[in-house]
Amino acid sequence: MFGKSDVIPGRRLTLGITLTYVSLFLFIPLAAFMLYASGMGFEKFFAAVTDWRNVHAYGVSFFCALTAGIINALFGLIIAWVLVRYDFRGKKIMDALIDLPFALPTAVAGIALTTLYAQNGLLGKIFYGIGIETAFSPIGITIALIFVGIPFVARSVQPVLKELDPQLEEAANLFGAGNWTIFSKIIFPELIEPLLTGFALAFARGIGEYGSVVFIAGNMPYETEIAPLMIMTKLEQFDYQSAAAIAIVMMILSLTILLGIHGWQARQLKRIGGVVGA
Amino acid sequence: MRESIWLKRTLIFLAASFLFVMLIMPLILVAKEALSKGVDFYFAALTDEFALKALWLTIEATILAVALNTIFGLASAWLLTKFDFRGKTFLGSLIDLPFAISPVVAGLFFIMLFGRMSPLYPLLQEYNLAIVFAVPGIILATVFVTFPFITRELVPVMESQGRSEEEAAATMGANGWTIFRRVTLPNIKWALGYGIVLCSARALGEFGAVSVVSGHIRGKTNTLPLHIEILYNEYNFTAAFAVASVLVLLAIIILILRNLIENAGKASLQVSNLKAGVAND
Amino acid sequence: MFKFKKWATVFLAAGLIFSAGIMSGCGSDSASNSGKKEFLNVSYDPTRELYAAYNEKFHEHWTKELGNGEVTLTQSHGGSGKQARAVIEGLEADVVTLALAYDVIEIKNAGLIQGGWQNEFPDNSSPYTSTIVFLVRKGNPKNIRDWDDLIRDDVDIITPNPKTSGGAQWNYLAAWEYARRKFNGDEAQVRDFMKKLFANVVVLDSGARGATTSFVQRGQGDVLIAWENEALLSKKDNPDAYEIITPSLSILAEPSVAVVDKIVDKKGTRSLAEEYINYLYSPEGQEIAAQNFYRPRNQEILAKYSDTFKPLELFTVDEAFGGWVKAHEHFKDGGSFDQIYQK
Repeated sequence: MFGKSDVIPGRRLTLGITLTYVSLFLFIPLAAFMLYASGMGFEKFFAAVTDWRNVHAYGVSFFCALTAGIINALFGLIIAWVLVRYDFRGKKIMDALIDLPFALPTAVAGIALTTLYAQNGLLGKIFYGIGIETAFSPIGITIALIFVGIPFVARSVQPVLKELDPQLEEAANLFGAGNWTIFSKIIFPELIEPLLTGFALAFARGIGEYGSVVFIAGNMPYETEIAPLMIMTKLEQFDYQSAAAIAIVMMILSLTILLGIHGWQARQLKRIGGVVGA
Repeated sequence: MRESIWLKRTLIFLAASFLFVMLIMPLILVAKEALSKGVDFYFAALTDEFALKALWLTIEATILAVALNTIFGLASAWLLTKFDFRGKTFLGSLIDLPFAISPVVAGLFFIMLFGRMSPLYPLLQEYNLAIVFAVPGIILATVFVTFPFITRELVPVMESQGRSEEEAAATMGANGWTIFRRVTLPNIKWALGYGIVLCSARALGEFGAVSVVSGHIRGKTNTLPLHIEILYNEYNFTAAFAVASVLVLLAIIILILRNLIENAGKASLQVSNLKAGVAND
Repeated sequence: MFKFKKWATVFLAAGLIFSAGIMSGCGSDSASNSGKKEFLNVSYDPTRELYAAYNEKFHEHWTKELGNGEVTLTQSHGGSGKQARAVIEGLEADVVTLALAYDVIEIKNAGLIQGGWQNEFPDNSSPYTSTIVFLVRKGNPKNIRDWDDLIRDDVDIITPNPKTSGGAQWNYLAAWEYARRKFNGDEAQVRDFMKKLFANVVVLDSGARGATTSFVQRGQGDVLIAWENEALLSKKDNPDAYEIITPSLSILAEPSVAVVDKIVDKKGTRSLAEEYINYLYSPEGQEIAAQNFYRPRNQEILAKYSDTFKPLELFTVDEAFGGWVKAHEHFKDGGSFDQIYQK
């Protein structure tokens, strides 16, 4: 549309700030870490990465984080919707509560959740009664990950929903479009991006989460061991390099997902941009 | 869009019950445990000399991390949404990288960079600069784990706003700062507010990364979450929860502050929204 | 213009705070060079109260009784292995007081502590000890008396993972040695015993404190294998809910102390560090250890607290396993502990 010559000023300034900051706080520390890890040689890296117990732990982390991410995406959307669109008593409180999972240190969250969801806990009693083991099981891990991920989706969707132009909806309404049509054709497409962003962040956070999970997981080998626990195990053996190897695998896993989602979004945007441009 | 009343009620009910089970109950539990030995014990735990020192350090690290990340967030979101360039997708993902890294590992990054195993270590020793196992390391780790929040909040909103308003303003000869202040900022106020709140909440509660670089020196490098861990590990359950409740209270204070600023700015916001509406037509 | 001012103020404030942060970081460092001495004891959980009390006492001893200059004694606590790593990574500890000798050996291997540290102070450089006991629910409903009861099918066990909790390695070694004596050293039978024992473990927490919470707060398991001092701490918190069972044979857990040679030589705090550790062996130091549920080495003071510390047959790691380097083989990747869980 506008080609290479920018109309909006600030390209150099923002590029400068962004790159400096990314290098200082991200690249240089990452490089130092990689430099250290590279000392281990391929064989040791391979052995640490493919150890069946570690592979199992990646699996547990991956699936629990995925499940938690999906549940958070669903409820995050509902929460954001309710908060933006409706007026009801207690709305302000609800709005205020959403960020609290971040402020509570993860270990405290983990202990509180385990107290609630263990067999003798308030909620655990109910769940165990119907045969669902909500603590010391993959379900328990998922519960902890849902907790730490609550703010991501709700807070990504909320601002977009708030800034959404109401005129389109009104117009559609005038033309007799039903609620579902308006939602699925007009509102939802706008929300896909923040929804995916929120999901990806919750998911990535879930894969790396340690503090809250370790209390509720039970940490049984081949059952409920999570990948970050395996890193801690290696560190506890003063084996920095194997720990780094597992960390690198997890990093690649999360980064692939984030890249995938960003790539998809970029394509979507181009498509939409193309339509608008035409 | 007019929803039927039952749909509205169902959705509110779903949202409320989800939050109740997943969020409110754990928080009630924290409060209950914190007060289980009475109010006197609660305040004694909070006014402990080392708890107060840890509180101050936590606040210091949080303010710094939020301030730095706000500058970075605004710059990077502007860059990512107002311009096209090669490697944009990659840069976007790179900014998210701290989320993909387990906090413990993030802490190790700084150990490898500034610790005894680092090639930089002799240099730091020579100038007597303590970075890890001192306050600067804690701040670095906090910045790292909260790195993407504000960018991530701003980008979707700025993306959906498009560039036309800024372009119009630029064509009319407004400079960058004016465009940002008069056109962009009113539109992204909400998102920026959320970003800052999320960022500060996360910074307050950060444990994993800070724990690695802190050294846990009592009264010097212990943040509040680390102080909680120590209390818990010495079987001082109630005091640990009492101190944890302070972090929740701090997060609530930040939210109230945000609401106050929001309300104060509402009048001007409405005016600019009106303008924006006109510009859209 | 109003908004511009506001933002400018925010940025200015941020800049100021940032520089203040850096200053305070460096400031504290330069303070250690000028006049007032700073002294750091890097210890493990849960010794905070022990060393809080001890530091107060020692400060008086150092400045008043010995007439030395003012010194600020600071302390740091965390998991033993994590603390050892922090020292290796550059945390400037004058002395370390950790849960097991292996962690000190790792610091030695990093070149910070000289060889022979274990003979530098009396009793293997271990001024106070503890042992491994069982914590059971009041009335001992499953009638757990000794290690043999732990492999019964109806007993659920809570113990931390020895791979993430250094302290839990003592639990494992105690059980192993019991089985070794019982089966006259038949390794296949010993491994079978350990396999049965860990098959009964329902939650393998990452640390001792987490395991205690699983047992006490969550009601998981029938028995918690724990350090005696931690079992006593849980019982102090909840006197009516639990009982401590002392097995017929257990391990003498010897938390290790050492002067970090590289650091004290750099800082010029060697005499202070040595006195700090020596004073732990004094009657005053031993008394403080006993009050915090560690078994004092001083027999008179141990006798004074005989209500708390029940006598039992104890063996040391050196006797049974030939030192920590060998004992640690059990917890290496693919070691006997990993083999228990191998499929």
